[in-house]
Amino acid sequence: MDLISNLALGFSTAASPANLLFCLIGVLLGTLIGVLPGIGATATIAMLLPITFQLEPVSSLIMLAGIYYGAQYGGSTTAILINMPGESSSAVTAIDGYQMARNGRAGTALAIAALGSFFAGTVSTFLVALFAPPLTEIALEFGAAEYFSLMIVGLVSSVALAHGSIVKALAMVALGLLLGLVGTDIYTGTPRFTLGIREYSDGLNFVAVAVGVFGIAEILRNLESEKTREVLMARVSDLMPTKEDFKRMFAPVIRGTVIGSALGVLPGGGAILAAFASYTVEKRISDRPEEFGRGAIAGVAGPESANNAGAQTSFIPLLTLGIPANPVMALMIGAMIIQGIVPGPNVAVEQPALFWGIIASMWIGNLMLVVLNLPLIGLWVKLLKIPYFVLFPIIMAFCSIGVYSVNSNVYDLYAVAFFGLVGYLLQKLRCEPAPLLLGFVLGPLLEENLRRAMILSRGDPTTFFTRPISAGLLLIAAIVLVVVFLPAVKAKREEVFVEED
Amino acid sequence: MKSISFDPTNALCGGILTAVGLFFAWQSFGLELGTAFRMGPGYFPLLLSAVLTLLGIIVLVQSARVQHEPMGPIAIRGMLFILPAPIFFGLTIRGLGFVPAIFFTALIACFASHRMRPHWALAVSLALTVFSLVVFSYALGLPFERFGPWVRF
Repeated sequence: MDLISNLALGFSTAASPANLLFCLIGVLLGTLIGVLPGIGATATIAMLLPITFQLEPVSSLIMLAGIYYGAQYGGSTTAILINMPGESSSAVTAIDGYQMARNGRAGTALAIAALGSFFAGTVSTFLVALFAPPLTEIALEFGAAEYFSLMIVGLVSSVALAHGSIVKALAMVALGLLLGLVGTDIYTGTPRFTLGIREYSDGLNFVAVAVGVFGIAEILRNLESEKTREVLMARVSDLMPTKEDFKRMFAPVIRGTVIGSALGVLPGGGAILAAFASYTVEKRISDRPEEFGRGAIAGVAGPESANNAGAQTSFIPLLTLGIPANPVMALMIGAMIIQGIVPGPNVAVEQPALFWGIIASMWIGNLMLVVLNLPLIGLWVKLLKIPYFVLFPIIMAFCSIGVYSVNSNVYDLYAVAFFGLVGYLLQKLRCEPAPLLLGFVLGPLLEENLRRAMILSRGDPTTFFTRPISAGLLLIAAIVLVVVFLPAVKAKREEVFVEED
Repeated sequence: MKSISFDPTNALCGGILTAVGLFFAWQSFGLELGTAFRMGPGYFPLLLSAVLTLLGIIVLVQSARVQHEPMGPIAIRGMLFILPAPIFFGLTIRGLGFVPAIFFTALIACFASHRMRPHWALAVSLALTVFSLVVFSYALGLPFERFGPWVRF
């Protein structure tokens, strides 16, 4: 069977000693970053991108993927222990996880989170392996019009999943697309929006924009009000859940995995939505709904499985279409391009070892997380005691080194400062940066495909509606947009996002 | 309670978005627009800036309707020390070289927090410089000059 031989190829690639080592470094770094509040996975990957240049393409992508799901995992550890989600997707875990910890069951909550995540990771890795190849087949048929429409779907979904005002999120997409167009026009060679600065003629550096908007802005926000963090307990005991606990986590884990896998594919932050959806479902169907908010096992097991499943399946659009589902995936695309790989359906055909190696490494990474992190929890708890004012000079130094080493262009560092200010301003104005970054990455691609499609159709814009796949995609985008503007959904959506704060 | 009030945050946000949209539109007019068939470099940007301006105006108009919580404190001190740090690194990496540039960048960033004490700042920056030197320069072999022309005797 194809799947078996493909997976065998993947595992033989991912299980080479060097790749195992990079996977390990990735998940450890990821967990470390997830535990430390103030640096998200996006900023970390942006900072560490340059380091991976020296590695083989497979190893570098495996390591980056490891950071991503390691960070998810680390985020839930802090959510449970100090009621402070390190990553936004574990915000839901904090609700019941922290209550479990207060009831003296921190160890159990952590173990449930780990085991649920591992189960979800296993299933969704298998799903990626199962669904990626047929989707790749479809994607190979895509022309310029289809790619354009597909990106529209991606951008619209990122708007739907953003917090707060939909109009503002749309504006962020438009602004991101415009910023993405800064640089030399590929058809005519005309410099655009460079303000006469020659160093920006290759476009704004993606790493600089990501570090500025996500990393620096986050540091500034944390500096507004400096509080001491309270660590609930220094000692975590009784890791093993009881038989009763296992019985009660079983169904939520399965449901969470299903929800997470389905929503993770959606562009724009599926893992966060998945966790919320799972929590809502568990609360609704539970026979003891009064337990939720007071330390319900299902309230930890479900969302944790869902966000991990979502994190894995968000690789599907990346690997098959070359379209990022969230800012982290956008960085993975950046990493691929730097390594000379053109992201898209051709990756599976031309570089099967890379493609399947990444998929296999996801499972190995998840296994490492369970095996390593439960015993290492004591160490992570200690890390929580590092005061924030020691952390951010370190972050700033690493950001500077990281951004500079991409192109050795000092103007990229000025861009970091500028976008740090922009990112902070946007946060103050209650605008979401995620749609902006997605727009920034997709801007050049969107324009290129639009122009190509228009040339192919001899200037007839109906081409987007007469080609069936393209029309179908645009219909999806339109439906999503209409749905988020429906008053009922709008109210519900606000409610969901308010709960998170 | 019904009074004519508007949300200052959203009004500001709408205003800024509109201004940025108009700025990009103005810049786009300086580029060749082309036709829908053969789009010039200015066509798509102009389209996007029009959308951005429109959305900015919508936010501006809506700000008169909904009232939100105020903006909260602004990290002035943070901005004053955090933002110059990468700029300083950019200005000095070629002249001073990697080691002094990273030391001073960290030192500047340290003072963004009012809880940082000078001796702590020095210690953190020094440790960080040594760590970066070992990891980035020696272990990863990033092609930086450790000491630049300004500090060579």
